[in-house]
Amino acid sequence: MIIQADDPIVEIHDLTVSYDKKPVLWGVDLTLPKGQLIGIIGPNGAGKSTLIKAIMGLIPNSSGYIKLFDDELSNVRDRISYVPQRETVDWDFPASVMDIVLMGRYGKLGIFKRPRKVDREVALDSLRKVDLEGYKDRQISQLSGGQQQRVFLARALAQQADLYFMDEPFAGVDAATEKTIIKLLREMTERGNTVVVVHHDLQSVTQYFDWVLMLNMRLVASGPTAETFNTEMLQETYGGKLTLLSEVGNLLKQGAFPSREKNEQVKS
Amino acid sequence: METFIDFFSFTDPNVRYVVLGSILITASSAIVGTFTFLKKKALVGDAVAHAVLPGVCLSFIVYGEKNPLVLIIGAFITGWLALTLIDIISSKSKIKEDTAIGLILSVFFGVGIFLLTIIQKSGNAAQSGLDQFLFGKAASLVGSDLVTFSLVSVILLIAVYVFFKEFTLIAFDKDFASTIGLPIKTMELILTTLTVLAVVVGIQAVGVVLMAAMLITPAAAARFWTEKIQVMIWLAAIFGAFSGLSGAYISYVAPSMPTGPWIVIVISTIAFFSFFFAPKRGIIIRYLTQKRIQRHIVDENILKALYHLGEEEKNFFDERTIETILSKRTLQKEVLLKSLRRLKREGYLKNSNGYWSFTIEGKNRGQRVVKLHRLWEVYLTQYLRIAPDHVHDDADTIEHVLTPELEARLEKLLNYPTTDPHESEIPYA
Repeated sequence: MIIQADDPIVEIHDLTVSYDKKPVLWGVDLTLPKGQLIGIIGPNGAGKSTLIKAIMGLIPNSSGYIKLFDDELSNVRDRISYVPQRETVDWDFPASVMDIVLMGRYGKLGIFKRPRKVDREVALDSLRKVDLEGYKDRQISQLSGGQQQRVFLARALAQQADLYFMDEPFAGVDAATEKTIIKLLREMTERGNTVVVVHHDLQSVTQYFDWVLMLNMRLVASGPTAETFNTEMLQETYGGKLTLLSEVGNLLKQGAFPSREKNEQVKS
Repeated sequence: METFIDFFSFTDPNVRYVVLGSILITASSAIVGTFTFLKKKALVGDAVAHAVLPGVCLSFIVYGEKNPLVLIIGAFITGWLALTLIDIISSKSKIKEDTAIGLILSVFFGVGIFLLTIIQKSGNAAQSGLDQFLFGKAASLVGSDLVTFSLVSVILLIAVYVFFKEFTLIAFDKDFASTIGLPIKTMELILTTLTVLAVVVGIQAVGVVLMAAMLITPAAAARFWTEKIQVMIWLAAIFGAFSGLSGAYISYVAPSMPTGPWIVIVISTIAFFSFFFAPKRGIIIRYLTQKRIQRHIVDENILKALYHLGEEEKNFFDERTIETILSKRTLQKEVLLKSLRRLKREGYLKNSNGYWSFTIEGKNRGQRVVKLHRLWEVYLTQYLRIAPDHVHDDADTIEHVLTPELEARLEKLLNYPTTDPHESEIPYA
C-alpha cells in the first residue's frame, strides 16, 4: 500500500541500490510529505539505512533518481541534515562536545573559514535544546551512549536544515533520553521541518510517527501511520525474507552482472 | 662535551643548516602524520615511505646526478602511484586493504633496492650517498638541498593550517563530511599528497625504511597527553622536532652513524615514556587507580563484615579477633592485616592487643555499605525482576560503586524499604 504525498518534499523514483553488485533495495518508488515525523521500519537487513544513505548520496544508485525539494541533492545540501548511526564514528577522538557540534556549521561556513562567534552561539543553543549545555567542554570519549546520540542531534540542529534524516537515533539510549529526543523531534516538525527516522521499536510507531515507510528489500508500504500501519502490512514486511530475491541478488553479485542494463546496450 | 658545545652554539653554518633542516622536516612530517594517525592509516604511511625509493633511483638514472628537486619529483610519482594502487586494489578486487598494503610495499621497495644496486654497480661517481636514502643522513643536508626541503616543509605546514577544519572533520566522520558537500575526494587527494610530500622530504633525514615512524610515532605519543586535537598537533610537532634535533646531533658527532635509526630511537623513547607515565591515559596511572579501587573494596568489605558481626551479636563496638573477621569474610591474612592497619590509620577502626573494634565513623561507613547492598537487592528484585537468590553477587559489586547522589535517588525511588528480599533489616542512619 503506497500512498503518495501531495506537494512532496522527497520524491524517489524507481530507486535500486546495490552493495558490491548485489541489490539490497529494489525499485523503490515513493513520495514523502513536508512537516511530518516519518518513520522507516523493517526487519534487519531490510535496507533502512541503505535508503537514507542513498538519499544522502553516500552510496551510488544502480538505477532511478531522487529529488529533494524538487531539486538535485547537490543544490539543496544546506537544507538537509544527516545523522549517522552513533557507532559509525570513533568516539575516542580528541575533540570536545563543542567541537563536534560546531561541525554542523561547517557546511554554512565553507572551506578555509574558521567558526565565527555566531556559529558558537548557534552550537551552544543547539546543545541547550538537547540538555547538554553543561557538557560543552566535555571530551567526547567521556560521554555515555545517550549523550553521544544527543551530541549528534545537536550537531544536526546546528545545521539549521529543513529536512533531517536520522539513522537509528533511539538505538542504545535510555528511556529518558528517548523521551527528550522524541519531544525535540516533535517540536521540529511543529516548526515545519521534516524529520525522517530509521526506527526499530514497533511498539512506539503509532505514538511517534505521522507517516511510516515499511521496507523489506523493497518498499512494502508508505503512507500516514493511521492508514498504513496495520497487521496486513506488518505481516508483509516482517513475514520472512524474500528468499528468491536474495538469491537472485547473489547471482548478480557472483556473475558481476549490472543490476540494470545500460541504455546504449539495449539499443544496440 | 666539546662537540656538544660546538654543535649547540650553532657557529658553524653547516650545523645551522642541518639543525634547521632536520627540525623542519621532522616537525612537518609529525604534523601531517597526526591526520594519518587519526584516520587510522598508519600502515599506508609505511607503504608510501617504502614506495618512494624506486622513484628516487629512477630520477637519478634519468637525470644522472643528485639534484634534490628531481629526486623529490621522482619520489613523489612512485609514492603517489603506490597509494593509488592500494586504493584501486582494495576497492576493485577481493583483496583487502592490509593485503594490498603489504603487496605494494614489498613490490615497490623490492624494485627500489633492485634499482639502487644497479646504480651502485654502474660506477657513476655521482651516485655516492644515494644509499643514504635507506637510513637517512641528516648531516648531508647542505645549502641548496636545505632550501628545497624547507620549502616543501613550509608548504606542508601552510596546507595543514588552511585545511585543518576539513581534515579533522573527515578524520572523525567522513559520511557526515560528505553530506554537507565537502569535496571528500579532493580533500583526501590533498592529504595523500601532503603525506607523500612529508615522506619525500623526510627520507633525507630518516630514510625510507624508518620514515613511517616519523609520521606516526609523534602523533601516537602526543595522543597520550591530550584530548584536544590542536594541542595534539603541537605536541607531535615538538616531539618530532626534538627527535630530529637529536638525530642531527648524532649525525654531526658520529658521521658514520645513520641518522634514521637514532631519530627513531629517540621518538620511540618519548612514545614509551608517554605510554607509561602520561596522566589519565598512561598505563601506570591506570594501574594505580585500579589498585586504589581494589584497596577501597577490601576496606569496605571488612567494615561490612564487622557490621554483620555487630548485627548478629547486637553489639557493634565489641572487640573482634582476626579469626572472627576471617570467619565472616574469606581473605588472605596479609591482605586483611594490611587493610586493618590502613583502616586504623584512617580512623575507622581501633586496635588494642590484637583485638579490633569500630570507631563511630567506622560503624557508620560499614552500615552504609550494608544499606547500599540491601537497597540494591531490593531494586534488582523489584525493578529488574531478578529472583531474590540471584541478586547477592551483583549487589556485592554495586555497593562499592554507588555515589551519595545515586544513594539518595535509590532511597526515594524504593521509598525507604525496611527489609531486603532476604528479610534482613535495612539500616538507615
